[in-house]
Amino acid sequence: MQLFKDTKFDFLGKKWPFIIFSLVLLAAGIGSLVVKGGPRYGIDFRGGALMYVKFMELPAIDKIRSALSARVPGEISVQRIVGTNEIMVGTELKDEKALDAARRQMIETLALNFGEQSGRLDFNNAGQQALIERLREPLLKQGAGASDEELQKAVAGMLAMRDGAPHSGLLTSFDQLSAVEGVTPAMIAALKQECYLAPFSIRSVEVVGPKIGAELREQALMATLLALGGMLVYVAFRFEWIYGVAAVLAVFHDTLITVGLFSLLDMEISLTVVAALLTLVGYSMNDTIVIFDRVRENLKLMRKESFPSLVNISINQTLSRTVLTSGLTFLTVLALFLFGGQVLRGFSFALVVGVVIGTYSTIFIASPILLFWQNLLEKRKRAAVLAPATADSRKSGAKSVR
Amino acid sequence: MSKNLKYKWLLILAVVIASLYGIIGLPKSLEQVGDNFRRNVRLGLDLRGGSHLVLQVQVQDAFKAEADQVIERLKEDLARAGIIYEDINRNDPASLEEADTIQVNLRGVPLDKTGPFRALITERYPQWALTAVSSSEYRLNIRPTEALALRRDTVERAIRTIENRINGLGLAESTVQQRGRSDAESEALVQMPGVDDPARVKAILQTAALLEIAEVKDGPFATMEQALAKHGGVLPLNTRLVKQLQRAGENFEGWFLLNRTPVITGRDVRNARPGRDEFGKWETDFTLAQDAARRFGRYTEANIGNRLAVVLDGQIRTAPVIQSRIEDSGRITGASDEQEAADLALVLRAGSLPASITYLEERTVGPSLGSDSIRQGFLAAIVGLIAVVAVMLLYYRKSGINATVALVLNAFILVAVLGYFEAVLTLPGIAGIILTIGMAVDSNVLVFERIREELRIGKAVPAAIDTGFGKAFLTTIDTHVTTIVACAFLFMFGTGPVKGFAVTLVIGLTANIFTAVFVSKSMFEYGLSRRRQVASLSI
Repeated sequence: MQLFKDTKFDFLGKKWPFIIFSLVLLAAGIGSLVVKGGPRYGIDFRGGALMYVKFMELPAIDKIRSALSARVPGEISVQRIVGTNEIMVGTELKDEKALDAARRQMIETLALNFGEQSGRLDFNNAGQQALIERLREPLLKQGAGASDEELQKAVAGMLAMRDGAPHSGLLTSFDQLSAVEGVTPAMIAALKQECYLAPFSIRSVEVVGPKIGAELREQALMATLLALGGMLVYVAFRFEWIYGVAAVLAVFHDTLITVGLFSLLDMEISLTVVAALLTLVGYSMNDTIVIFDRVRENLKLMRKESFPSLVNISINQTLSRTVLTSGLTFLTVLALFLFGGQVLRGFSFALVVGVVIGTYSTIFIASPILLFWQNLLEKRKRAAVLAPATADSRKSGAKSVR
Repeated sequence: MSKNLKYKWLLILAVVIASLYGIIGLPKSLEQVGDNFRRNVRLGLDLRGGSHLVLQVQVQDAFKAEADQVIERLKEDLARAGIIYEDINRNDPASLEEADTIQVNLRGVPLDKTGPFRALITERYPQWALTAVSSSEYRLNIRPTEALALRRDTVERAIRTIENRINGLGLAESTVQQRGRSDAESEALVQMPGVDDPARVKAILQTAALLEIAEVKDGPFATMEQALAKHGGVLPLNTRLVKQLQRAGENFEGWFLLNRTPVITGRDVRNARPGRDEFGKWETDFTLAQDAARRFGRYTEANIGNRLAVVLDGQIRTAPVIQSRIEDSGRITGASDEQEAADLALVLRAGSLPASITYLEERTVGPSLGSDSIRQGFLAAIVGLIAVVAVMLLYYRKSGINATVALVLNAFILVAVLGYFEAVLTLPGIAGIILTIGMAVDSNVLVFERIREELRIGKAVPAAIDTGFGKAFLTTIDTHVTTIVACAFLFMFGTGPVKGFAVTLVIGLTANIFTAVFVSKSMFEYGLSRRRQVASLSI
């Protein structure tokens, strides 16, 4: 089976619509970034407290917001995760101690408004130790005391059932636990007496002090810029410096568009999204180098071709590999986006976008930059022929023209 | 098979065995395979659930305490030497960075005592530098070497205490590490996989747990002013006023005047455990070490009928009257439930913190989210892999098998090397793996497309394979080295997650150069060596 055989698409002849498309995307993204005052950083980079809470049945968002605003300092944000019963609640504060207090208050407020105030323990948000301590005595009183080991094993089993599929943190009835190995009817009875099942479960908590946030942001940015610089130098060393510049500019274009898209869609840039952006940089760079490599090889083989048609031939020669590789990578990240779950959502979104843009930018951004540079050299060369006095200074640049 | 090819296969076999060993060890039963796998392939906190805490030791607390001690000693020394001064105090550094600026100020040292005063300071307080502000006013500054040592010591002790408390909690696999480059850094990273009650752990780690048992000199007083008024506005030498902790349903007496030097401190505690008092209420019982018990016995015997105060973190918990000689045990009453009593016992056993701590960062992934992530991540990986393999087999026929073997072996080596490095697999690490897979697929595709091209222009199969690999090799090296160069920077200048990404990617790419080029080519060569005449290639 073969997808493309001796194709002769004139990619570079049709570059303008694509370049304009890129420019529009870039302008929209940058515009959004400017209007919103920079990217929307996640709690990791900003400093604040953030919690993911899963509900059995989602209450009205406004109700959650007003309940939290009444008790937790800072500006409270409550947001529903699309397509789930989960919400993201956060507050942004500039002081570490206040943040720690806010974290506690957020959980207390949720328990107060959506849980019970009977002094019973909330099973859906309890830890193993707390449950064991809560159950030990009632069991003894019932004359059904279990050894510490038995109790520990039974409670661990209960929690494994609560946290695993299909419950994922939310039990609706204690009777569901009777199937767990080691759980006795007496334990179920004690549970019903001592505990209740809140209709929500705290899925994750992030508290990041503003100092650490700023530090993380700076370091991530610096590491990325230095990595880009390193790649530029290496590609320049292996090819010619303009190849390095073209490759890095294309990668930069991809990153900027992705960050712009995040801003347009009002998605947060978190630390994991940064990892995804780094992946996209690596992927796009790989794609660019493969085609540049072919250009370099063809420069030796096809001395008579003009540079634009030579680049076109190179792109066509590598077309099946480009489509196959990016198609397969796209499949992988699409699988991650569809099945990877909520933690990976922002991350896999950046990758899905990145694979598409990274592939396209090689053809329509990196290659045109090479062409543009060659044209410039040609023009200068022609000018130099007309004015031979300045020819010497152009010699070094002219050797790549051929 | 030629000799050369045999060696190639031996090398590949060795790598496979080493990888297998890295992942499942030397299992004796099927059960052990699973156990070893879980031990070697470790998931990070973001995937399996758990808490990641960054805390900062407020070193300035230790500096203040040190200055307070110097002031106490100075008061005694100066009184003994007959040097009468007007006032002695210290400044109050508010932050960690200002800790070194701690200073003790002395005003009104008589002019005729300047000589003996200076001699006393040089002899008894060599860690402090004396500066004359005026003829009768002096300043003591901690010497830089001493400050550095104090910083280090404080952080070290704090970290050790935190370690003790975490061990006491029985949190398996938890780690406490100092963060930052030089060892004077005051931050620590605590990682607790699988912890399901991080709020409680945070509270336990943060408790200062400074226990003192001190003699009650006077009291109780309803307010601080009342106490001061009774003593003419000035506290008697070597005493302090401490407030009782107010609790619901308990008799609140107010302020007590205590002896500044405690009879017993937290360091004298040998063991502590939760227990119940005669009314069935929860309390924390503790026992004292041998010499402290003897000291306490003598003291209580001589002071029957007087009151004692049990002070925890600057607040009086109980102030009982000594009924009889007490040897080696004591108790702190007033816990609201078993957990509180147990937690207090734990921190008493683990020792007190030399300085308070602040949390800079917490990342907790709850157990249900962790288990969801693992399940969904696994599903995504399987679906992705099946899709890739299916396309490769469909598109490249039998040669697709080569690519599949290379891909699977690549993933295999990657996981094994991570295990050998004792690295954990985190979310950013998965990003690295995805890029590795993308580039690994690419290397195979590059090679195969090249071989097809060579076949098209009429080359014989062996020659086409040779040229195909040769040409694609150059490209592969360029793409891989570029990315590895970038990773070097990410590793050097990046923090945690960025670093994790870089490490996984470098390992993956290095493995890929081996699998996509060396292993895949060896497979082709093996295929060729079995047939005498090769007219076609399934690609």
